[in-house]
Amino acid sequence: MSITRRRALLGAALSITLMATGCSGSDDTEDGAAAPTTVTEADIAAALEAGGNLTVWAWDTTITKVAADFQTKYPKVKINLTNAGTGNDQYTALQNAITAGTGIPDVAQIEYYALPQFALAKSVADLNTYGAASLDGTFTPGTWNAVHAGDKIYGFPIDSGPMALFYNKEVFDKHGIAVPTTWEEYAAAAEKLHKADPKAYITSDSGDAGFTTSLIWQAGGKPYTVSGTDVGVNFADPGSTKFATQWQKLLDAKLLSPVVGWTDEWYKGLGDGTIATLVTGAWMPSNLEKGAAAANGKWRVAPMPQWEAGGKATAENGGSSLAIPEKSANKTLAYAFLKYAAVDEGAQTRIDDGAFPATTKHLAAPEFKNKEFPYFGGQKVNEVLAESAGQVVTGWSYLPFQVYANSIYGDTVGKAYLGQGTLTDGLKAWQDASVKYGQEQGFTVK
Amino acid sequence: MTATPTVRAAARRPGRPPLKPAARKPRRRSAVLTVVTGVMLAYAILPLAWLFISASKTQEDLLATFGLWFGGEFALFDNIADTFTYQDGIFGRWVLNTVIYVVVGAGGATLLAALAGYGLAKFDFRGRRAVFAVVLGGIAVPPTALAVPTFLLFAKMGLTDTPWAVIIPSLVSPFGLYLMWTYSTEAVPNEILESARCDGAGEFRIFFKLALPLLAPGLVTVLLFNLVAAWNNFFMPLIMLKNADLYPLTLGLYSWNRQANTVGGDVVFDLVITGSLLTIIPLTVAFLMLQRYWQQGLAAGSVKQ
Repeated sequence: MSITRRRALLGAALSITLMATGCSGSDDTEDGAAAPTTVTEADIAAALEAGGNLTVWAWDTTITKVAADFQTKYPKVKINLTNAGTGNDQYTALQNAITAGTGIPDVAQIEYYALPQFALAKSVADLNTYGAASLDGTFTPGTWNAVHAGDKIYGFPIDSGPMALFYNKEVFDKHGIAVPTTWEEYAAAAEKLHKADPKAYITSDSGDAGFTTSLIWQAGGKPYTVSGTDVGVNFADPGSTKFATQWQKLLDAKLLSPVVGWTDEWYKGLGDGTIATLVTGAWMPSNLEKGAAAANGKWRVAPMPQWEAGGKATAENGGSSLAIPEKSANKTLAYAFLKYAAVDEGAQTRIDDGAFPATTKHLAAPEFKNKEFPYFGGQKVNEVLAESAGQVVTGWSYLPFQVYANSIYGDTVGKAYLGQGTLTDGLKAWQDASVKYGQEQGFTVK
Repeated sequence: MTATPTVRAAARRPGRPPLKPAARKPRRRSAVLTVVTGVMLAYAILPLAWLFISASKTQEDLLATFGLWFGGEFALFDNIADTFTYQDGIFGRWVLNTVIYVVVGAGGATLLAALAGYGLAKFDFRGRRAVFAVVLGGIAVPPTALAVPTFLLFAKMGLTDTPWAVIIPSLVSPFGLYLMWTYSTEAVPNEILESARCDGAGEFRIFFKLALPLLAPGLVTVLLFNLVAAWNNFFMPLIMLKNADLYPLTLGLYSWNRQANTVGGDVVFDLVITGSLLTIIPLTVAFLMLQRYWQQGLAAGSVKQ
């Protein structure tokens, strides 16, 4: 769920490995994998009884306690929890391990945007074999959709990122700015704030692929259409246009802070009020608490600004799943861990540690909704966030090579943030580069 | 490791004679040059100053106060203590790993480069030109491009996620080999080798007793290059290592920095910065101690006597 600043180097390495394996990686898995058999609950129980070693690759710190609890509950299972890098770093490592055929983990944390890539290459197992379909309705529709490809299920959602407006109430009050409910009002607030205090910006955006796609998503855009290996990329649709037009206004007026997300400068801005809002995923509260302690008590959460006045549409930003690599040596046991971490006791453990749940049961629980956050001035933050989770626009899909697409975002759309061309030009360049890459990888791309 | 006696041997040799002030022609100061040098100095010093000042701040001051001046309290020693105790003191482990990777990797690479460079310079054998071509080719290929193939190779051999995955690639230094080759050609006269052979010395004895002291300045240059490369090695460990207990300092600090990008992750910029400061100190010391040999080495062969 990190919005990762890609290192050029890593992107290069990833593209090399993708070229080496690409979608053709499915060839060897097809011969290698045995015909899918159904694994019953009894088999899973037996696997837990027998025990064994599980290697879990996850960067999310809340998994640590889940893994420890799991070992306590099933003493014969030994979990080797490894942080193989955050986001893109880990995908590179996973892709490399799969290509090499050794060192493949049994469980891997994969963000929703990256999952289709591994699913299409058949690098991760279809969980239907283990009866995952019976969990229909357990997760929010958005996250459950995100782990599906057709009727296959490639991972379990472990958290979600329905978006909301996080804002610094103190800054807003000081300059007499009302909390914006639409993007129009948001732009007006940006102008008013920057005029009142030239050092302050409404938000920082130096160009982030995940943020761009999320806003297009909320605007009802469907730039990516995916049906098997038929892929469409079209950033000229009404949703994308809405985003490009509106956001261009902020760029032209220089109302966005150029501070790069997740850096010390960024945390500094969030702490001292020079970055006054963040429109981001519901997992943000714990990061604010830990990274911007200076602003304790000043932040609040409000519904995401809307494209239409009075609208109630949101999108997801970030969020990740746990998946089982096809070549894991102990998939049945891995599935047992997945279920524990995503559905059973592990889900609550992670919520207690600050994760935002993807399970409808936990989202609806009164103790979750009524929790007061001292950092947010005692606000019942989860009420707002849970409401957003129910308003996520349906039907969104990412590219089956989204990891690559995001890695070239900076070279295409990112230029608009440097004043070279407009967002519309940038989106067109992004589209062209994505189409070209998709075709090279053997997709039918329109 | 083999460098120690040779360094001393070199140190014993008389340096250049001290310049007598009277002998110098009075020169006019150039204002432009002074300004340019001043700017360069500031450019070189500012990041270091920033690093030192930032390392002396608490996490709150780091984010809340001006970057190039000290914060409210001088927390350098607290920060150092925190750096060494955070996550069960894994930082100390990273220091140890780095030292091992550097000593075995850079030391080994230097020794291998000296042996091979000397061999290529002083022995005539079939295929010498082919080796020359391969070495030049080796210099031209950026290590980044070789990283993924190397990973696949090492994975097949079961060496990934072991210290060997970092050490073995760093033992290969085409540039070092090339430098030692050139240097051997210039610094070791064939006459000495021939007379030693006439006296009945074996080839290994000739190399270690005669050639190596003569090669010392070049050796130190290569050692320094390899030292810096091994100390800063990031990409190879990033690809090869998964186990945090095996990380070198670069990768470890990177992983701490990345925690700020993680949901619920600790934001520990203060420790990252203090760790970075601690990381550059040994390298700076090595550089200051070895740099005069390094300068000698670089100029070798540039003047015919």
